[in-house]
Amino acid sequence: MPVWVQVVYLFCAVGFILALKGLSGPKTARGGNLIGATAAVIGVVLPFIYVDNMQHVPLILIAIAVGVVGGVYGARTVQMTQMPQMVALFNGVGGGAAALVALLELHHVLGLKHPDSVGWFEYAATAFTIFVGAVSFAGSLITFAKLQELMTSRPVIFPGLPIVFGGLLLAAVGLSVVTVTNAGMLVGIVLGLVGLAFGVLLVLPVGGADVPIVISLLNAFTGLTVAAGGYVLGNTLLLVGGTLVGASGTFLTLLMARAMGRSVANILFGALKGGSTLGGGTASDRPVKSAGPEDIGILLAYANRVIIVPGYGLAVAQAQHTLRELVDLLTERGIKVDYAIHPVAGRMPGHMNVLLAEAQVPYEQLVEMDDINSEFKHTDVVLVVGANDVVNPAAKTTPGAPIYGMPILNADEAEQIVFMKRSMRPGFAGIENELLFDPKTTLLFGDAKDSLGKLLKAVESL
Amino acid sequence: MNEGVVWLTIFVLSVFVGIEVISKVSSTLHTPLMSGANAIHGIILLGAILVTGTTHSTVALVVGLVAIILATVNMVGGFVVTDRMLQMFTRKKKPAAAASGDESASGGAA
Repeated sequence: MPVWVQVVYLFCAVGFILALKGLSGPKTARGGNLIGATAAVIGVVLPFIYVDNMQHVPLILIAIAVGVVGGVYGARTVQMTQMPQMVALFNGVGGGAAALVALLELHHVLGLKHPDSVGWFEYAATAFTIFVGAVSFAGSLITFAKLQELMTSRPVIFPGLPIVFGGLLLAAVGLSVVTVTNAGMLVGIVLGLVGLAFGVLLVLPVGGADVPIVISLLNAFTGLTVAAGGYVLGNTLLLVGGTLVGASGTFLTLLMARAMGRSVANILFGALKGGSTLGGGTASDRPVKSAGPEDIGILLAYANRVIIVPGYGLAVAQAQHTLRELVDLLTERGIKVDYAIHPVAGRMPGHMNVLLAEAQVPYEQLVEMDDINSEFKHTDVVLVVGANDVVNPAAKTTPGAPIYGMPILNADEAEQIVFMKRSMRPGFAGIENELLFDPKTTLLFGDAKDSLGKLLKAVESL
Repeated sequence: MNEGVVWLTIFVLSVFVGIEVISKVSSTLHTPLMSGANAIHGIILLGAILVTGTTHSTVALVVGLVAIILATVNMVGGFVVTDRMLQMFTRKKKPAAAASGDESASGGAA
């Protein structure tokens, strides 16, 4: 590799660092993403310039064009509510690509006149890339299926799962050792297949609410496979880029898990230890107090302080815009209204901010949990729209509940609580919410968009 | 200096840089950050091009082209979807609220 190419790779690597740095601040985020994209494009163009006698260039360009069309189409058409599974899908195909690259490199090395001239560590890194890349691919596809509701989002477990799981892990270690001592294509392919099975079993026992954390973890996995692939190919840009993602992704996973008050081990294997994250999942028939939109309208219109707690249900009903109109109307009446944003509202940390920003809710009205939790005491009405788990007092009061320990919004401290719900079905975590049966609580049943429209009319007419 | 140690040095330093640069991220940006990092590992496309461009076997060529397609989807899709998310964060001013732009007295923290 010519020196100038190595220098350009260094620039690209710095670009990736600046990209991550930019992405962690609200003002610099978009610029950071652009820097990252530019660095990536430069890095990809380089081999066409410096590699002597590159083969199959037209076919490669066609394949890239297909990928660009597919990627751009997917990224532009996906609904914002479905973004977490889109990220999972993109991550999965990246992991799959890394595994295939490692297999090809193994094929290449075995075809050399002296395969022994390659160090053992390179074979080990190749095995790592094949296995973890396959895990990331299969695991991401399962997370996609769970979030897209192609399959149940509940934890799936079967007797003997830990044994199968352990067996696969042992097989992976064994096959990796064989790859180092006595490499062969068949061993590599079987290792990939074991990785696929392992990835499926890794994600199946994870409950719906925890799936986003797993996406972040698999993202870090893919980063590490790309880094190992970079070592195998002797490419510094892959090594640095992959390691950056692996490290920051692991750290981000821990941050997210902490925001939910859970440990990563508990998220991955909690269901194996006696189904503690299973939850009920069925609708309760205990009596609750419900009211019509007119009554709730009066309640809201004559309040002084209102806090909205938005949840994923709001986004599913595509009711963000109607909600904003209602809030605007209440604000015009001189009522102080804020949105209380739980860190994991929606499907992923920060997801709700994206969804509300899409509906052009002013950034200043979005208040993070720690800043608003002391305000609930002085609040007349809390309007919970399509949220459930993030206001469930069980997180504070019921040890053993799947969400126990997760910080929640103190909606229960307000004068009145209004829940807008489609039905009495429990939230994503699958557990019943005691707050629904509280004497201060009123329920407004119906589709969120429909109900908010009626509420809007009710307040307007006052 | 041993070449393996050079690689190890790059790796270890990158780990620390990777953690350090995102250590101050607010939870609001977790999702875009994850998505952006996801796009960055799409750089495996570079590796896919390198192995495909130097192979002489038909099977390897086909597998390589599949890898290129997958890696491109990861990289391009990742950056585009991240940009789409971030677009919404930067649009702070209310842009002529589509067709029903009648109430303009909103905004601000009342």
